[in-house]
Amino acid sequence: MAVSKDQVIDFIYDEARMLDEGRYDEWLSLWLEGGHYWMPLDYKQTDPHLVTSLLYEDMFMLRLRVERLNGARTFSQKPKSRCHHVIQRPFVDEMTEDRIVTNTSMHYVETRLDEQFLLALTAIHELAVVDGALRIANKRVDILNSDAAFGNIQLLP
Amino acid sequence: MRTASEITAMFTGPQVHRDVYTSPEIYRLEMEHLFANTWVFVGHESQTPNKGDYFTTQIGDQPVIQVRHSDGEIYVLFNRCPHKGTKIAIDRVGNTGKFFRCPYHAWSFKTNGCLLAIPLKKGYEDTGFSESESAKGMTPVGAVRNYRGFVFARLAPEGIGFEDYFGDSLSSIDNMVDRSPEGRLEIAGPPLRYMHKCNWKMLVENQTDTCHPMVAHESSAGTAVNIWEEMGNPEPRPPAMEIIAPFMSPYEFFEKMGIRTWPNGHGHTGVHHSIHSDYSAIPGYFDALSEAYGEERAKSILDENRHNTVYFPNIMIKGPIQQLRNFIPLGPDKTLVESYIYRLVGAPDQLLARTAMYNRMINAPTSIVGHDDLEMYERAQEGLMSNGMEWVNVQRLRTEAEDFSQEAVENGTTERQMRNQFDAWVKFMTVSMEDA
Repeated sequence: MAVSKDQVIDFIYDEARMLDEGRYDEWLSLWLEGGHYWMPLDYKQTDPHLVTSLLYEDMFMLRLRVERLNGARTFSQKPKSRCHHVIQRPFVDEMTEDRIVTNTSMHYVETRLDEQFLLALTAIHELAVVDGALRIANKRVDILNSDAAFGNIQLLP
Repeated sequence: MRTASEITAMFTGPQVHRDVYTSPEIYRLEMEHLFANTWVFVGHESQTPNKGDYFTTQIGDQPVIQVRHSDGEIYVLFNRCPHKGTKIAIDRVGNTGKFFRCPYHAWSFKTNGCLLAIPLKKGYEDTGFSESESAKGMTPVGAVRNYRGFVFARLAPEGIGFEDYFGDSLSSIDNMVDRSPEGRLEIAGPPLRYMHKCNWKMLVENQTDTCHPMVAHESSAGTAVNIWEEMGNPEPRPPAMEIIAPFMSPYEFFEKMGIRTWPNGHGHTGVHHSIHSDYSAIPGYFDALSEAYGEERAKSILDENRHNTVYFPNIMIKGPIQQLRNFIPLGPDKTLVESYIYRLVGAPDQLLARTAMYNRMINAPTSIVGHDDLEMYERAQEGLMSNGMEWVNVQRLRTEAEDFSQEAVENGTTERQMRNQFDAWVKFMTVSMEDA
């Protein structure tokens, strides 16, 4: 079943909302098993493997990350962080039967206790349609100042 | 102004005074004395491979440039124009060609710092300029040593020699470099940069704190083990299990792994085994190493699984995964942690892939392991402001007869290495103080 461009754009908005509302189990179910969430360390980085990235996480790591947020002894999440995405309408850069690629500018705010920080992001989603539903095959998030020194970034931009 | 005897009194053996972590005055004295008298890590030679290549960093609070001069040698210069003080280089890395040129008034300098030219120089005739400090050019640091690719500097012109300072602790750098079939490391990309609102020494102490992983990291390492078990213990284990799960090893594991200390504040965990011992073999690596060194020597290189080696005052290296972490002090309660990784030249790429994975999984600002460490440091920094108690306890497995001038191997949960660091701290803080 083909999907429309509107459905693709809505999907990107919905995903951001799930993260903001902490609906992580739902969020995990969007992913295809072989997917990776990549957040490069260097500006315009091309290789996720042989240089350091901020994140390059498979499904096991993403499950672990989500599960940990709710743990009884997750000290850095006592109290919990909150996050907020403001996203610009996604560009649909590619749309074929088996591959959809979007590019979305976002402002991401994360807060905990008295601290709050803002990151400017570009998220590139690689999507696929499986059994009629859109799924995330891969996601790359470039932080505008990815090479700057950060304190803890605890949730998922 | 604190005197040498007041500094000495801050470390009693079992306890250290909280001012060493919180006091702006102590911090300033550390910058003036400790970071001037010790040999401090600057960078790796592969960060400046070609003539004119430079790299900017700090030694303590001092901005410096590591640069490859036209004679092929590496120089370390204070990053300051001798004219008005303008920083000469602002980029983190770059190539300056045959000379540095200050962007303010175009004074230029050879890449060893010597003054090359000043526009309209006749304006300095008969002014006594040639006798001035400024006429010498950019100031080099007191001493520089490139040890197997790792560049260290001592800011003070006089002081302890490199070999006397590091002694047998250099065996950890040797082991890391020997793991390359060509005996050479190469920097692999830019470092992680992680800002900590805590004193730099907390990070250094944590490198040999073997009683925290199973507690502070239960939420990441313990959860990893739980998820894997729920999945029915699939093999091969997910990479996260290999890297993160060993943090959950029991106390007994850490007790038996051992801690070795060397004079002048250096030491390492993982004398007999470590959390890096059980990594899966990478196809082709042992063969490449055996071909280079012979099978027996290759085996002995790989049998060494030192965990964290602290080079006092402020770096840690992990030989088995070719990582270096630089704990750069920015204030009494602010530290920038830069985590570098290196390629073993001549070894399969899979090794570097595992190293890069370790770096991001454990030491990134986005790391679920790093999050809990930073939480502990920042809580400690805030808690130490309490006047309910002024001393920090470092007494674990301490004996009265402790002699830090002797190498020692002890139970892996001792806090001896922390005490060893404070012993060296007192020594190098006070050696240049007037009432010492």
